[in-house]
Amino acid sequence: MDSTINSHHAAEHTHDEEGNSMFGFVVFLLSESVIFLSFFIGYIAYKLTTPNWLPPGVSGLEIKEPAINTVILVSSSFVIYLAERALGRHHLMRFRLFLLATMAMGTYFLLGQATEWSHLSFGFTSGVFGGMFYLLTGFHGLHVFTGILLQMIIFARSFIPGNYNSSHFGVNATSLFWHFVDVIWIILFVLLYIWQ
Amino acid sequence: MTNIHVEDINIAREKPHHEPPAGWQQYFSFSTDHKVIGIQYLVTSFIFFLIGGIFAMVIRAELITPESDLVNRTVYNAMFTMHGTVMLFLWTFPSLVGLANYLVPLMIGARDMAFPRMNAVAFWMVPVVGILLMGSFFLPDGPAQAGWWSYPPVSLQNPTGHLINGQVLWLLSVAISGVSSIMGAVNFVTTIVRMRAPGMTFFRMPLFVWAVLSAQIIQLFGLPALTAGAVMLLFDLTVGTSFFDPAKGGNPIFFQHYFWFYSHPAVYVIILPVFGIFSEIFPVYARKPLFGYKVVAISSLLIAGVSALVWVHHMYASGTPGWMRIIFMLSTMCVSVPTGIKVFAWTATIWGGKLRLNTPMLFALGGLVMFVFAGITGIMLSSVPVDIHVNNTYFVVGHFHYVLYGTVTMGIYAAIYHWFPKMTGRMYYESLGKLHFFLAFIGTNLNFLPMHPLGLQGMLRRVSSYDPQYTFWNVIASIGGFLLGMSTLPFILNMIGSWMEGKKAPDNPWRAIGLEWLVSSPPPVENFEEIPVVISEPYGYGKSEPSC
Repeated sequence: MDSTINSHHAAEHTHDEEGNSMFGFVVFLLSESVIFLSFFIGYIAYKLTTPNWLPPGVSGLEIKEPAINTVILVSSSFVIYLAERALGRHHLMRFRLFLLATMAMGTYFLLGQATEWSHLSFGFTSGVFGGMFYLLTGFHGLHVFTGILLQMIIFARSFIPGNYNSSHFGVNATSLFWHFVDVIWIILFVLLYIWQ
Repeated sequence: MTNIHVEDINIAREKPHHEPPAGWQQYFSFSTDHKVIGIQYLVTSFIFFLIGGIFAMVIRAELITPESDLVNRTVYNAMFTMHGTVMLFLWTFPSLVGLANYLVPLMIGARDMAFPRMNAVAFWMVPVVGILLMGSFFLPDGPAQAGWWSYPPVSLQNPTGHLINGQVLWLLSVAISGVSSIMGAVNFVTTIVRMRAPGMTFFRMPLFVWAVLSAQIIQLFGLPALTAGAVMLLFDLTVGTSFFDPAKGGNPIFFQHYFWFYSHPAVYVIILPVFGIFSEIFPVYARKPLFGYKVVAISSLLIAGVSALVWVHHMYASGTPGWMRIIFMLSTMCVSVPTGIKVFAWTATIWGGKLRLNTPMLFALGGLVMFVFAGITGIMLSSVPVDIHVNNTYFVVGHFHYVLYGTVTMGIYAAIYHWFPKMTGRMYYESLGKLHFFLAFIGTNLNFLPMHPLGLQGMLRRVSSYDPQYTFWNVIASIGGFLLGMSTLPFILNMIGSWMEGKKAPDNPWRAIGLEWLVSSPPPVENFEEIPVVISEPYGYGKSEPSC
């Protein structure tokens, strides 16, 4: 094969590969959402069938702080969208600023979660309720943490000259993942805090 | 010494990356070629098939006599647990993924899978799973003993109190195998949807590709449920949470739901590719187009869809309310419609054909016959009154061994023989192949048919001793089991001997139609010099149209 054919192939490949990656990522997220769905259904079934749902001495969950947390996390979805749009218009500085803001909001959420955990009077082993509460919030928190890590990576990569000239797959995937994490949280918030 | 070592690495790095290691070494490398990975999967899983077979042999040897006299009961529990786990997670899944890995890109006219590196990572997790599971034999408490489904509260028992026990390793290996399967599923679905050659529309895809697509969709929606249940069980076992522990207010039945929501569809993940193999093989050796191509293609998707709605039929005797039993009885019986469509299509394909009884065709025919039998006992088991009677007896064991050995393993053998010339560039020895078939076919029936009368008479599974009245059929079954063990010898001899010394294979030894038969045997790296353009539907045997 001579080099012209090779380079032609290469250009065709990167275009295809980016589409494949995004498609594969969406398929993965769909599958990942079934894990959450399984936990949600488990939570609902346990709540409806367990005789002594709340552990002794626990009357329910405080809703105020988590509600503020929810607003912050959901708003961050709009901020990362702004970052994505800024990148699309090649405003690299603005992209970085919005991304930093998203990371800050995500971190605030995680810190808020940690504070809430440290003040609760029940633990992971306090009955099915305690187990389910920490399992759901912990598993979701792990996803928030992963999202922030991904954001740090795409933030760092924006300093490589020319890195985001053509392919935005990493940014688009991170943003999609963040929206996913947000939607999951909204369902979680309804299940855990509103439906008490 | 160190200096030389560092230089070695540098030299290796400067090599152009798409020069694969030649010869047998490539199979021990982190190769990203889907064909190398396919064979890595097949050989690795076959090794575990032999290990799982040895466990089965121990079980059959114990059951020759009614007394529990060969191994102690703990070892016996470990044997049937590990036999089931190894055969499912390390033989049927990975071997079929291996075949799909090898064949799907070739069949749809792609140069490789969509994500070659992820493909290699997914493969290399399989040996890790195997090492973890086999390693659990060296723990002080031995391996997991709660059966392959690990129901709590049995699986929650940890009498010695070690944090690292057989059950924990079992859960970890299932989790790793799950991650590997999800990576594979994302890869297959992306490859099939996005990498087809020009002209390869969905309704021109070979049925094996349809089957793999349907099976991998099941992996995507089913496996996460098992993962959820396994994570909860792992926390119960290690941290002391109370999800499934009735003593602490948990509900063990919920684990059964999580488990079977995946593990029943998992049977279809295994058998759909085998159906695909049958659909590939019958037209070639009957020299006729496949009967009802489109219906057979759609029936795979239908099976995938229905598979999500049948899991409770494993739980008729788990305190399931009556109305739920009836719903799941009906939904389970619905599975027989798309599978019946396939069976009729294959029968109609063979009917009046010019049959060539080569080894792949023999295995496919044998598999079809035994699948019909397994299907009939399957419908019996789906019916609540019958199932309540034979629940947890050898009738169930007999049924699913007709599926997993009689159909799936026979189908895998058929595929290995059929595509062996393509994979290796050599012909296998036909006489050894036929000997293998007859040993396997007779062995399967001797081994698993007696389990049906035993089950109907009430012999329970997973118990090492039994009432003396069951001795006769158990002796027959054990003879069949050892025959099955022996049947692998001509196969191994054939594979090694013909790969090394066999006659050179032409590009298309079976005069089959399909893109994989257009390339050389074995196919070159990247498969196609130029991506082919497909202009007609598959299976045009006996028609004058060209296939591509």
